[in-house]
Amino acid sequence: MIRPEQGGALRRELIGFAGIVERNMYLIRRFAWWELAWFLYTVANTLTIVFIAKGIEAGGGHLDVNRTTIVLLIGAVIWSYLGLIFEIVTETVAWERWEGTIEYTFMAPISRASHLLGMGAFAVIYGVLRTALLFAVVAASLSVSFGNADFAAAGVVLLISSVSFIGIGMMTAVLPLISPEKGTQLGFIAQGLLLVVSGVYYPVTVLPDWMQWLSVISPATYTLEGCRNAILDGASVSQMWPDIWPLLVIGGIAVPLGLAVFRRGERYAKQHGRLKRSG
Amino acid sequence: MSAVPAVQVHNLRKEFIRRDGGSRKRGRRRRVAALQGLSFTMQRGECLAILGQNGSGKSTLVRLLSTLLINDGGSAHVFGIDVFDKPRSVQRLVNRVSVEASFFKRMSPMENLSYSARFYGMGPRETRARIPEILALVGFPPERGHEPMEDLSRGMQQKIALARALLTAPVLLLLDEPTTGLDPRSKLEVQDFIRQMREHHDSTILLCTHDMAEAEALADRIGILHQGELLCLESADEIRQRYHADTLEQAFLNATGRSFEDEDEESRRGVPA
Repeated sequence: MIRPEQGGALRRELIGFAGIVERNMYLIRRFAWWELAWFLYTVANTLTIVFIAKGIEAGGGHLDVNRTTIVLLIGAVIWSYLGLIFEIVTETVAWERWEGTIEYTFMAPISRASHLLGMGAFAVIYGVLRTALLFAVVAASLSVSFGNADFAAAGVVLLISSVSFIGIGMMTAVLPLISPEKGTQLGFIAQGLLLVVSGVYYPVTVLPDWMQWLSVISPATYTLEGCRNAILDGASVSQMWPDIWPLLVIGGIAVPLGLAVFRRGERYAKQHGRLKRSG
Repeated sequence: MSAVPAVQVHNLRKEFIRRDGGSRKRGRRRRVAALQGLSFTMQRGECLAILGQNGSGKSTLVRLLSTLLINDGGSAHVFGIDVFDKPRSVQRLVNRVSVEASFFKRMSPMENLSYSARFYGMGPRETRARIPEILALVGFPPERGHEPMEDLSRGMQQKIALARALLTAPVLLLLDEPTTGLDPRSKLEVQDFIRQMREHHDSTILLCTHDMAEAEALADRIGILHQGELLCLESADEIRQRYHADTLEQAFLNATGRSFEDEDEESRRGVPA
């Protein structure tokens, strides 16, 4: 049973959590034209990758162009989704430092869990919508057949995997606290490393043994595999259980671990005077 | 609660590690004391001003009381609550206004204030009613409430900063050079508002400033902070008497051996502003 003071605390945390989502929506609206420009760049970037399959065929290579195009499309779209999640969660520190609001946010009476999960929730909402739009726009530009694709099942896999990505994003979000100048870029490195071992444009079986071992603990491996199974082969959610349960386990570990890492980084920043606008 | 001091600081110490010149590998690390055994007490409803040059430790004190820094020794309590053991409880009681207004510049005053209020548990219904009241109180024209912050003057932005602090009804208000860089009219408006907060909102105010006239006009007691040490803490008259000076400026000069126009302590000591 929840006591009244606990109920009050829970209410405050939920309002704070919603406040983070609300603020990000304000920012998206205020930067709408930049968001559109960035979306066009992502479309162009994705197209350069998916046309590789047709390029190989045009160069005399033999491959299933339809299937390979979809494999590349899914890889590029997941890369974009993961990049967006990391970018938004990393902005927990980086953007606030740039605007100068970091001290006000970090002295406010809200738990770091509500704060970071609020950023994560917004990242997932915005990321899923943007990713679906990106997939639709790029797919419409290609003459590929999706046959019996189960897009709903792919969406479920993406949502489940988002929990793990938020957890890892929390770990990278702390980097701008420790290194104001280079921390954000280190977040991009983490994103790249995660995808290279996860079979972003190729099966993980082509990787060296040590990379294949790393692919087992990367949530992106199961996300990519699950989405490909759902879209290429029409696999249902229940059929993708072998991809879903590792995502649940990794997510269950990544979020508490991410919070612990962030709290540790915040403590370090408070000890060394790094929690301030100018770095 | 009235018997408990609003702020009780005892032997508070904070050091920062600074690297001397040279490459990262060869640069020598040294510990620089930003605050050296600071002790003072503030009663509820009191306004206390701290005078000091850049780098004297004023902002470090504000950031320690705001829970943005962890101490290296000593203690600080706000209304009896340990700042470093129970930061969240202290955060509910404290807010601040600093030299930079610090907002999301593309967002409007209404959006920025709503965002801040959410962290203090205020839902949309509450802020819809409260924000216009607060904006009226600080003399902000309501028709500009939806313009981006970046389109507002510095004085207007500082009014929104005051509104942000007032919105959360803090019992302890930390003001870190709130009028620095403002034109004379905006400066007077901000100072009037600080007086109103004391009179009508029962706020205890710690004001860190460069401005001696401002300190004398607003504060009950004035402290001179020099190289992280509190040299004195008493009324303006008592300070002038102690340092055999006719003006507060002269007293400051006699106390520290330096004037505000001298080289910043910050650059000499390596203490962050």
